[in-house]
Amino acid sequence: MNVVVLVKQIPDPANPYELVDGRLKRGVAQKVMDPGDEYGVEAALRLVDQFGGEVNVISMGPAAAMEAIRRALSMGAHKGVLVTDDALGGADALATARVLAAAIKRSEFDLVIAGVESTDGSTGVVPQMVAELLGVPQSTFAKEIEAKDSSLTIKRQTAAGYDMVECPLPAVITVTAGVNEPRYPTFKGIMQAKSKPVDTVSLGDLGLGGDDAKPTQSVDAVNPAPERGAGEKFEDDGTGAAKVADLLKQLKVI
Amino acid sequence: MATDFYNVDSALSEEERAIRDTIRAFVDEKVLPVIGDCYIEGRFPKELVPQMAELGVFGANLPEEYGCAGLNNVAYGLIMQELERGDSGVRSFASVQGALVMYPIFAFGTEEQKRHYLPKMASGEIIGCFGLTEPDYGSNPSGMITRAREQKDGSWVINGAKMWITNGSTARVAIVWAKTGEDKSDKSIRGFIVPTDTPGFTAKDQKGKLSLRASDTSELVLQDVKLPPTALLPKSDGIKSPLMCLTQARYGIAWGAIGAAMACYEEALAYAGNRVMFGRPIAGFQLQQQRLAEMLTELVKAQLLALHLGRLKDDGTFNPQQVSLAKRNNVSAATDIAREARRLLGANGILAEYSSMRHMANLESVYTYEGTHDIHTLILGQAVTGINAFE
Repeated sequence: MNVVVLVKQIPDPANPYELVDGRLKRGVAQKVMDPGDEYGVEAALRLVDQFGGEVNVISMGPAAAMEAIRRALSMGAHKGVLVTDDALGGADALATARVLAAAIKRSEFDLVIAGVESTDGSTGVVPQMVAELLGVPQSTFAKEIEAKDSSLTIKRQTAAGYDMVECPLPAVITVTAGVNEPRYPTFKGIMQAKSKPVDTVSLGDLGLGGDDAKPTQSVDAVNPAPERGAGEKFEDDGTGAAKVADLLKQLKVI
Repeated sequence: MATDFYNVDSALSEEERAIRDTIRAFVDEKVLPVIGDCYIEGRFPKELVPQMAELGVFGANLPEEYGCAGLNNVAYGLIMQELERGDSGVRSFASVQGALVMYPIFAFGTEEQKRHYLPKMASGEIIGCFGLTEPDYGSNPSGMITRAREQKDGSWVINGAKMWITNGSTARVAIVWAKTGEDKSDKSIRGFIVPTDTPGFTAKDQKGKLSLRASDTSELVLQDVKLPPTALLPKSDGIKSPLMCLTQARYGIAWGAIGAAMACYEEALAYAGNRVMFGRPIAGFQLQQQRLAEMLTELVKAQLLALHLGRLKDDGTFNPQQVSLAKRNNVSAATDIAREARRLLGANGILAEYSSMRHMANLESVYTYEGTHDIHTLILGQAVTGINAFE
């Protein structure tokens, strides 16, 4: 089973971020592979351990996004593709999906795995668009994955519980943070990562033009979430517990 | 990280940083949540051994052909640093396994011994310990009285006792150093691989430790321990052989002490920013700023010293006296940093919930083992004057 994992390099969420003209400043901050992508890499490695085949890591981003691919390679992935092109600066979800779909199509695949959403952009729609562009089924929010020869069953996490969803392969799935516990890269894996094959390709190499990379949506303004106000304070004159209980009832907590 | 004041990161390769970040994440996620309790319970967290092995911690700077990670010495040092940022006991475990057991098998063993032991030790299947120090011979190992006598059939019989042996009670093999034949000089000292289930071999845990509590420390007794000829490490030859092992371990300790100091400095810095006294954070008071400035200065010096020593070791141009200087300086600095951090934390500083006092107590052992601070002083004294002040 050949599995493609989509990964993204993002500014380290552990550090404070900076916005310039409504866009995340990507230049200086320390960057990491999106922690949400580690679950996808781990899921892919387990499937390949079980069925054989290779894990191919695909990313779109500036040249430095190679580090995110290396991180996945050091965990055990076999090869990678980095799509990098100046024309892609500011690409939105659809443009990203077009690029990723084109990169995926360059080789045979049985399954594409992505995180539910990126930690920085949080659009949560790229994998679905990729599935549509590839013309394959999509199955999202996987909390558990079970593969057979030509089909896949996932436990799809929902607000109410979970659905069991089965789909034929090839397919695109997204995985939640609960799907597995990602392995640490081993020291040997880290040392070997640099010698694993990674293709660096441009839009032109994928048969795409500048129009394909043009954003179809624009961000007008970015505002920080309003700070939470101070809570309501009850002085306990003997009726404090009842007042708190009333408030909780009003809020439908109890 | 607040501790990289001189951007030492920029002097590391991408792989060295990736290795450091991986072991750092492991320590944050697996060691730090349990280590305070382990310390109080006096328990080494042995459940972490398989995962440490999987990462490639044990004998990480030994070659891949023996199942090791084949890293350079800077990457190895960074691993020791991060482990000791967790706890000196955890780093000690890795030091003993790699530098004191796997290294002598690698350096003095036969090809067969290497192929048999090293992969199993890298994978954590076999844990080892190192028996050099004796109850009456600590700083002066040349005086050891443990003796191995060769029998007519080429086999060996060992009698003696070893003291302060890390991993002693959990080890499946012990590297035991003994004088051979009737020669009482240290030239007759040779190393033996002793399976700990050999009749006559016993290990007893040292009780009542107030330092390195998350580490097993034992006394070994060898009474008529019979070993086949293949137990001998054939290339071991005199006291210089165990001293070569100590040089490897001391190199790792010079890095490890930085990790303990980093943990204490970071804890003190964060605490100073949060703790309000007389209406403002104590970080705003000159006395605490002086503490922090001194701690940071010593930390940065230790980092630069270790990194340059690592590069020399990778170039193959370092000498044991340079390792003595680094062990002596970095452990002493870390001991001071830990004590100052504990004091900055006030009453909270005595709690296991914080790490400074645990590190402070641990570092007293690190200050004392692998060549006491004083012995390294004499090694340096001899190196620069040419005069031996030991005897």
